[in-house]
Amino acid sequence: MDLMIPWLLAIMLDDIVPTGDVPMIFIFGGIMVVCSVIAIAGNIIANRMASKVARDTTGRIRYDLYSKIMHLSTSQTDEITVPSLESRLTSDTYNVHQMVGMIQRLGVRAPILLIGGIMVTVAMEPILTLVLVSVLPFITVIVFKISRSGIPLYTALQGTVDKMVRVVRENAQGIRIIKALATEEREKKRFQDVNSNVVAAEKKASFTMAATNPLMNLFLNLGLTAVILVGAFRVNAGVTEPGKIIAFMSYFTLILNAMLSITRMFVNLSKGTASAGRIGEILDMPLDDTEDDSINSRNTVTEINKDAVKENIPHIEFDHVSFSYKGVKENLTDISFSLKRGQTLGIIGATGSGKSTIIWLLLRFYNANSGTIRIDGRDIRDMSPMELREKFGVALQSDFLFMDTIRENISFGRGLSDEAIENAADIAQASSFINGYEEKYLHELTIKGSNLSGGQKQRLLIARALASNPEILVLDDSSSALDYNTDAALRKRIAMRNKENNLNTTSIIIAQRVSSIMNADLILVLDEGKIIAKGTHEELEKTCDIYREICESQLGGGFVE
Amino acid sequence: MNNRGIKSAPPIGSNAPNEQVSTRKLKVLLRLGVYLFKYKGTLLLALALTFASNLFSLIGPQLSGYAIDAIEPGKGAVIFNKVIYYCVLMAIFYILSSILSYILSIVMIKLTQKVVYKMREDIFAKLMKMKVGYFDLNQTGDIVSRISYDVDTINATLSTDFIQICTSIITVVGSLIMMLTISPMLCIIFAVTIPISIFFTKYATTKVKPLFRKRSAKLGELNGYAEEMLSGLKTIKAYHREDTMTERFQVKNTEAIDAYFKADYYGSMVGPSVNFINNLSLSLVSMFGAILFLRGSVSLGNISTFILYSRRFSGPINEFANIISELQSAAAAAERVFRLLDSEEETPDIENASDLENVRGEVEIQNVKFGYVPEKTIIHNLSLYAKPGNVVAIVGPTGAGKTTIINLLMRFYDPQSGEIRVDGTNIRSIKRRSLRRAYTMVLQDTWLFGGTIRENISYGREDATLEEVKNAAKAAKIDTFIESLPDGYDTLLTDDGVNISKGQKQLLTIARAMLPKSHMLILDEATSNVDSRTEVQIQEAMYKLMENKTCFVIAHRLSTIKNADMILVVKDGDIIEMGTHDSLLASKGFYAKMYNSQFEG
Repeated sequence: MDLMIPWLLAIMLDDIVPTGDVPMIFIFGGIMVVCSVIAIAGNIIANRMASKVARDTTGRIRYDLYSKIMHLSTSQTDEITVPSLESRLTSDTYNVHQMVGMIQRLGVRAPILLIGGIMVTVAMEPILTLVLVSVLPFITVIVFKISRSGIPLYTALQGTVDKMVRVVRENAQGIRIIKALATEEREKKRFQDVNSNVVAAEKKASFTMAATNPLMNLFLNLGLTAVILVGAFRVNAGVTEPGKIIAFMSYFTLILNAMLSITRMFVNLSKGTASAGRIGEILDMPLDDTEDDSINSRNTVTEINKDAVKENIPHIEFDHVSFSYKGVKENLTDISFSLKRGQTLGIIGATGSGKSTIIWLLLRFYNANSGTIRIDGRDIRDMSPMELREKFGVALQSDFLFMDTIRENISFGRGLSDEAIENAADIAQASSFINGYEEKYLHELTIKGSNLSGGQKQRLLIARALASNPEILVLDDSSSALDYNTDAALRKRIAMRNKENNLNTTSIIIAQRVSSIMNADLILVLDEGKIIAKGTHEELEKTCDIYREICESQLGGGFVE
Repeated sequence: MNNRGIKSAPPIGSNAPNEQVSTRKLKVLLRLGVYLFKYKGTLLLALALTFASNLFSLIGPQLSGYAIDAIEPGKGAVIFNKVIYYCVLMAIFYILSSILSYILSIVMIKLTQKVVYKMREDIFAKLMKMKVGYFDLNQTGDIVSRISYDVDTINATLSTDFIQICTSIITVVGSLIMMLTISPMLCIIFAVTIPISIFFTKYATTKVKPLFRKRSAKLGELNGYAEEMLSGLKTIKAYHREDTMTERFQVKNTEAIDAYFKADYYGSMVGPSVNFINNLSLSLVSMFGAILFLRGSVSLGNISTFILYSRRFSGPINEFANIISELQSAAAAAERVFRLLDSEEETPDIENASDLENVRGEVEIQNVKFGYVPEKTIIHNLSLYAKPGNVVAIVGPTGAGKTTIINLLMRFYDPQSGEIRVDGTNIRSIKRRSLRRAYTMVLQDTWLFGGTIRENISYGREDATLEEVKNAAKAAKIDTFIESLPDGYDTLLTDDGVNISKGQKQLLTIARAMLPKSHMLILDEATSNVDSRTEVQIQEAMYKLMENKTCFVIAHRLSTIKNADMILVVKDGDIIEMGTHDSLLASKGFYAKMYNSQFEG
């Protein structure tokens, strides 16, 4: 409709005005007004649709990306790092959103205006159109070249932004230390560095893109000048009328605007494409076999077999397992042990001796380099991650609590009953402080549970692990912030629970405190990734020097300040 | 309604009543302006360039009008000299205009990048001044989103829209003058269209602004959520909750994109509306122009020029609509940035605050009362005196408020009443920097940054030599581990670095604490992640660390605090017992009960 108007104008000026027919002038004027109304209505509807599509696409992309990130294996996320994932999930998807919206709104409208404008002018005056169109190839080449060189620049820019985000994150997390050491100034300097990098990268990208507009304007305006010039000759030769040249000017503005929109689109496109590339990188990552739910249990042992098997075959078995994170050095060497259903395993050892790594292998966050891990006699690699991990209730070292109610932090999206949750909290010694809140289980935690003390956090994490009555309970150093009283009460309640409910929960407890594990059926003493001793508390006290050393240091005397 | 006479600052983040919205918006824009005016020179240059380049391009249509008038006589009568003359002039002006506008873009980019740089620097500097509590209450993701996304939004607006606004004003005024010289009669048409434009613009402003603010807020929320969840990836996997967490993310995601959609949609309505007005005025111009031509009061070239100008005239108004929607989003972003810049920071050091010199390490707490919120007092009335070199241990059940005492000592918070003195000076009259440097602190939360191991250890004393760093590492029993790494002390620590455990991280932070030469030491569960065997091994180093220092130690392991000069037993935020190990055991109170319980299995 926008295209109709200048055309009507040309007719009016060249054909009607000379006749002096005033009513006709008004009729044509009226038609032009009607055209305008239709144009606005159409535009608004089109925009609405465009916004909708952009919304739905972005929503979908973000969803897919997030879901993909959730399913990436631990080694993959280690590789990409969390801050980078985060910025891909937020600012990159945002760039894509802008791009999608823009492309639709302008990408459809601008070419229509452009092509339509050219077509109408062709109908009116082919030769003059040819003049105008002859500048288009130049413009196309320029826009294409510039935006092509823009993409790597914007990719580089996003990279620098990643670094900046990282510094800000670090500072937000370490603010206490920074303030304590009064190193604010140094941190500012560090931030200045990353900040200048972002600015430099952005300048580089913008300088390149900034050339598009003036160059395009120049070519179009020169084209217009040529039109007038050529038009002059043609009018002189009597082939065309001045009115057409005027209409041409109008079309020219339309075409100019369309072209301008297209450039703006290209700027956005370079940015968006860079971001889309970063998103695509994640979406295209192959699913590690540790996370592939579709591997469906090969070698499935039939139910009957399973029951028969239980008597003889250990519940959890490590068979000469070795593992290295990055192939630099072995983090675990030749780990073998087996555990019957219902037994408790304690793991103790120096910092960095590989205690947590055993858990990570058992949960299959990583694949062992050699050896086999079996549960109920089945290689865990033959189970789907779903099947494997559902057996576990885990409290890991990292406190992961989030902004939601206490209830939800324990239930953790598993839709557990109130009874199960309250019971678990009770066993985990958490019910006393939870009931101290006015809203009890509906008490809202702040971010990362920062309104709880270390010990309260740990108790919630333990409650979470217990709440689903797991087959295997794993507590990875999760009572370190508890005082002895609470820790002892906790252990008593867990033992009691097993007896009372006749549960056959197998437990794995990693601890620094001997008292946390001394009642275990089997204790592993780990040192530099190797098992240096295994046995019960009594056996180890007799046979293992290191173990005895640990005991002595903790139970009475020893380390005194 | 606010009484203007009384200066009442609305609480941060509150929903100010409607009367204030416009003034607040104005304030936000003014503050943005302040940033721009810091670079007056560049700004003036940009303005001059804008003016010149637009002037040149405004002359273009006028020239084309002359050219068309020269063509007008028609067949065989075209005045070629004139046509060519004007065409050459047009070409020259257009070329000049393009060159100028490119230079202008460069200048503007430089300018905005300066502003953005400054703004980020200000935000960061502000963060450094903020109370520690701010970081407990605000998601890192949200902070990050302010410093990156919001600043970017402002940046985009500044660089493009500022020129646009100037261009628009010049073009509008210029075109109007040109049109008036051609035909004042035809200009009457704008009496109809301009009010309609203004109406639309006004509508857009009031309607769209809150939508943009919501859009920014929702995006911040989404970022915060993503950050929180991504940090707990391992746990989510362990519970196989990937899909549930994805569904929850989707809720936030939907909110964010809906907010975006609404802002986008209403924002985009403005464009076509103005386009409509544009077309309307074109129709009217051609109708009345035709009539005027018939009456012989204007030439055909005049009409052509007039139409070109009227396009230019309404073009900026059209742009204006876009700009307004962009300005809205920039204003919303700027508001978030400024709100951060305005949030309460640590009270500044008092004017004649002194530096602590030759610290002896005498600490005295007198009748201190404190609560994080005034209504909830955590410490009711705490007094204690620590001689230089004394060891004060703070024990108590989980969540009893032990860390609060540390927060007060370091002046992360100020007590509501009472005094804390170091070497006899009230810490309120000591420079914070100086006070904090007088302490060395090892916390339960290990904090390492993305740098080399060496940088991390020497963080507290930058001038430390490699030798000193190595000695510190050795004392903290982490040297063998570091040396086993392929890059040794130059190993780059990355986020969530896999080959370094929590315990090793803690040893690194202990090594860090070995370097600064301070006279007071705070250990907040410093060895909670270190196994007890290693703990025994670093015992000597810990002794050395504590030597000649006044120490405040929080620990659960009672054995680690038995020899303290003073033990504070904290329960439910109150100090319930105080004394030495022996005296406390003898009094058979809470401490004795706790001590004995550790021997029960």
